Amino acid sequence: MIQFILRRTAYALITLFILSLTIFTVVRLTGDPVTLMAEPGARAEDLDRVRAEWGLDRPFPVQYLAFLKNIATGELGNSFNYEMPVSTLYFQRLPNSLQLAAAATLLSFLIGIPAGLISGVRVNTGWDNLGKVVALLGLSIPGFWLGLVLILVFSVWLEWLPTSGQGDWRHLVMPALALGWYFAASLLRLTRSSMLEVLRSEYIKLARLKGLPGYVVIAIHAFKNALIPVLTLAGLNLVVMINAAVIIEVIFAWPGIGRLLYEGIFQRDFPLVQGVVILAGFMIVLINLVIDILYAYIDPRIRLTR
Amino acid sequence: MVSLSPNTAAAGAIGRRRIDWIGKLRDLPLLPLAILVPFVLLAVFADYIAPYDPTEPLAGFKIFTPPAWMQGGDMRALLGTDFQGRDIVSRLICGARVSLIVGVMGTVVAGGIGTFFGILSGYLGGWVDQVVMRLTDAWLALPALVFAIFLATMLGPSMWNIVIILGAVYWTRYARVIRGEVLSLREREFVKLAEIAGASRLRVILKHILPNVVNTAMVLASLTIGVVIIAEASLSFLGVGVSPPQPAWGLMLAEGRSTLMAGMWWLTIAPGLCIMLVVLATQLLGDWLRTRLDPQLRNL
Repeated sequence: MIQFILRRTAYALITLFILSLTIFTVVRLTGDPVTLMAEPGARAEDLDRVRAEWGLDRPFPVQYLAFLKNIATGELGNSFNYEMPVSTLYFQRLPNSLQLAAAATLLSFLIGIPAGLISGVRVNTGWDNLGKVVALLGLSIPGFWLGLVLILVFSVWLEWLPTSGQGDWRHLVMPALALGWYFAASLLRLTRSSMLEVLRSEYIKLARLKGLPGYVVIAIHAFKNALIPVLTLAGLNLVVMINAAVIIEVIFAWPGIGRLLYEGIFQRDFPLVQGVVILAGFMIVLINLVIDILYAYIDPRIRLTR
Repeated sequence: MVSLSPNTAAAGAIGRRRIDWIGKLRDLPLLPLAILVPFVLLAVFADYIAPYDPTEPLAGFKIFTPPAWMQGGDMRALLGTDFQGRDIVSRLICGARVSLIVGVMGTVVAGGIGTFFGILSGYLGGWVDQVVMRLTDAWLALPALVFAIFLATMLGPSMWNIVIILGAVYWTRYARVIRGEVLSLREREFVKLAEIAGASRLRVILKHILPNVVNTAMVLASLTIGVVIIAEASLSFLGVGVSPPQPAWGLMLAEGRSTLMAGMWWLTIAPGLCIMLVVLATQLLGDWLRTRLDPQLRNL
């Protein structure tokens, strides 16, 4: 087990290294960030001063080491616009993103899991077909367009819900639905296929042979086991939603991490964009590592293979 | 069949041809094709079909003219005009071109990179495999859209940049799946025999491995194309994708957003419906292709 953890941690570190190198390279390859963010007509000596300030006049390997040091200290450089460490800004916004992502996860559970369960148990019935339609629409309706349509219907026409901003639950409903929509569909698909797989297994046959009533077999024996991959996906989705809800947060003026990234793009706040992207990557690598280790802990077979 | 007398052969051929034709028609994915074919035609012949120039204000029209059937509407601009008085129908038609070009080309780039790395990684193994797999790990660690936004910010907005960016973001899935296929293909007899016969690695890859992963790549492509179209719309919506005044559906949604509160719904509904229909059709086509080409891939 310790060996497994060490190996996985080493992989995660390599992944992070490649990630940081990729981001570093992309930023340097695509031109001079200073000219990119400077206002047109800026004086050449000003540009040189900013370059020196950021160490952009030094050779690449030196820059990369400085960049790594910046990551290691956890500051990720100063935001050009806010004049604060990027990490401070990120963690200021984190609770807001977390709130939205948690609400979206809850909604995707409420839609995806029961629908997937019914589809999986009643294969090829009307319910299953309905589930297939929902899953298909989940993949083909862009979440941000759904958000706009929700605003149109519930804010403009019906005047039930506020269009944007943060506040009580009414502010949360529409962005959470728009954000969770896609994930609800993916949870539905996974719950269905996971249920199908579990229901085919030997211990379910045994449970049925024992004469247990159908709902006990499904609720206690099958559903509990089918839930494992579903919960894994949901955990990963939560982290993705925290970091990738850019458009939804922009549409609903939600002050989260996605909006921070958006502001960074438009104010050409280049350290901010870079920092948010890196932190997003780090969080996902970390959650993947945790999931891998938990899985290996639960299921010893995983430890031995690979 | 050859030994049949001319008469019965002809009759049989006619009869069979008719049955085949109906059978083929029934086998075809009619719904997705019914949606996709018109969009493709619109995209290809946009210059001839679009009633007006999509980038110029319509002469004699106010801005925000509502659709024809509403009060104040005009039959000459069926779906009304936007904030610069440009014809929505013409913009939607030309937007189809952007969406489909980016969707198809982005998928081709992603598939090309992914298939290349997948085959290399699976067939060569060893350190090449390690490098490629760690690279895909790193790539997958970033949420695709965030990565795309990051790259688009750095490269600047243009349609062909978006194609390259989305290709560079979405190749990992191909690499992983195709690597897995190649790992098992590598152990098959026809590959072993080709190696024993002295075929070079390049020849084995081109003649024996590649033809056997094409189906998988096609199925993955059908699943990627919708994702790429939505990603392009998202980037354009955020202002880092296709740049104005070029008509793109995502851009139209962004432009319509400011007047959504004023109840100008047609600016938001029309482009979104187009995105939804096209993506829905590609998904359905993908499902059909998957069951046709390889039933084992149904779980992808």
